[in-house]
Amino acid sequence: MKILVCVKQVPDMESRFKVNDGGDWFSEADLAFRMNEYDEYAVEQAVQLREQLGEGNELTVLSIGPDRVQETIKKALAMGCDRGVHIKDADVHKKDPWQVASLIAGYAQGKSYDIIFTGMQSQDRGSAQVGVTVAENLSFSCATTLVDFKFADGAVTGKRELEGGLKAGVRIPLPALVTCQLGLNVPRYPTLPNIMKAKKKEIEALSAADVLKEQPLSTTNKFYPPVKRGGGVVLEGDVASQVERLIGILKDKTAVLR
Amino acid sequence: MKALLVGEYREGKLLENIYELVAFAGKLGADTAIALIGDAGSVPRYDGTVYLADVAKFGEYNPDQHKQLILAAIAKENPDYVIFPHSSFGWDLAPRVAANLKLSQVSEIIAIADDGFEVGCCNAKMRRTVKPGTAKAVLTLQAGAFSFVGEPQGTPTVVPLDVAGDGLVKFLGYEPAEAKDVDLGKAEVIVSAGRGIGKKDNVPVIAALAKAMGGELGASRPVVDSGWVEHSHQVGTTGQTVGPKLYVACGISGAIQHLAGMKKSDFIVAINKDKDAPIGEIADVLIVADVMQFVPALTAALQK
Repeated sequence: MKILVCVKQVPDMESRFKVNDGGDWFSEADLAFRMNEYDEYAVEQAVQLREQLGEGNELTVLSIGPDRVQETIKKALAMGCDRGVHIKDADVHKKDPWQVASLIAGYAQGKSYDIIFTGMQSQDRGSAQVGVTVAENLSFSCATTLVDFKFADGAVTGKRELEGGLKAGVRIPLPALVTCQLGLNVPRYPTLPNIMKAKKKEIEALSAADVLKEQPLSTTNKFYPPVKRGGGVVLEGDVASQVERLIGILKDKTAVLR
Repeated sequence: MKALLVGEYREGKLLENIYELVAFAGKLGADTAIALIGDAGSVPRYDGTVYLADVAKFGEYNPDQHKQLILAAIAKENPDYVIFPHSSFGWDLAPRVAANLKLSQVSEIIAIADDGFEVGCCNAKMRRTVKPGTAKAVLTLQAGAFSFVGEPQGTPTVVPLDVAGDGLVKFLGYEPAEAKDVDLGKAEVIVSAGRGIGKKDNVPVIAALAKAMGGELGASRPVVDSGWVEHSHQVGTTGQTVGPKLYVACGISGAIQHLAGMKKSDFIVAINKDKDAPIGEIADVLIVADVMQFVPALTAALQK
């Protein structure tokens, strides 16, 4: 079987975001980048499937972006993917979800993948469109937001996470694309020997311009911090005075402190 | 301008979020019609056309066929916008419809802006405005962003919707939420632990503050996913929705799914070392501090 897992590199979400010169995305200065959290679950599930299937099967990890995304590809290789694909694109943030999905589908087209894993969304853009759109473009069956995944008897069974703790069981035939929700599994930490082994694994490099034929369907006009609602009190300074001031406020404004 | 609103139907009922779509379309100034895979009893009070496909034939989750049904409704109605709730139903179905017609999709809209639609990004810490570039567009709306005021009225014209064929996805049934050993809905005070507490060993420190305040322990999703706290304590879209007199968020950044579960609390205190964390936007008091230094000090002061 051939398996593909798609990963995105995103900034650490604890970062302070500053607007770039174009005003349409964040400035990369001072940001640390890491694997999109949802994609860590996708990689883990793909690696578990690869281990279940054994030798003679292949798991490829794909990422789109500037040179720095090779670090994220290497992490996925160290977690257990067999080979990497880097679609080089310095301007990936300017591509809309349709173009990103078209890049992935364009790469996967004709390569006979049986299962494609993606995260259910990215932490930075969060459109939750790319995975499903790849499936539509490739005419794959598709189930989203999985918190449980099994492969047996040539089909995928899983549980979708709905609202309020409810789950929905689904079965889809191959070829299939699944989008992975947080909590699907426990993503492994790459071990040092596996990090060393990953250095020897192949990373195929392609240029986005060679794969993409599609124009964007939507544009981001502005990127900006939310307007502060105001009204909230911000307490800074030393802990002792913060505690004292908070207790004063709670006694004043709430009826819960006895 | 015309908008087709897609209803979400689950476990035999049309969900209330249809009225959030109606409210949004009202803000756009659009004429509307509704498309629904449901039954006659689920047709809402509404003044307009409802395209109704039979849920007994098509099922509650059958996205390939649902896509075909929505495409059939689009062909009849020719709307400028096709609008879904941004929910497990909407984010699954909307891109299938959009991709099929090669339409622009804007996801999880929170407001209408001068230059497009406002959406959140970077874990809700930042905002973008996104403008569709196609004549028709698919939109999904953040839960709770648009609220319907007043009492729904009217008797709709029901137009049956049907398509041939079959879907690839087989729905195997629902699995109910785990039984709750804690009913956070009744708690007057909830003190919740987030990823910012650092490790499982620190959970008792947060539980001790909950006890000192006479409240219950809550938790954010990452803390539950990591196995630090039981799922029955989870606050948010996929956990419990709460509205206590006092909510104390300890090391919780404030992902939209968490905020949706607790923003109706009477008074919100957030403790976070990140002054820009989105939880600060809805907190009545934001304490900028290391949660593991501040919480024990507060507990000790309350116990005096």
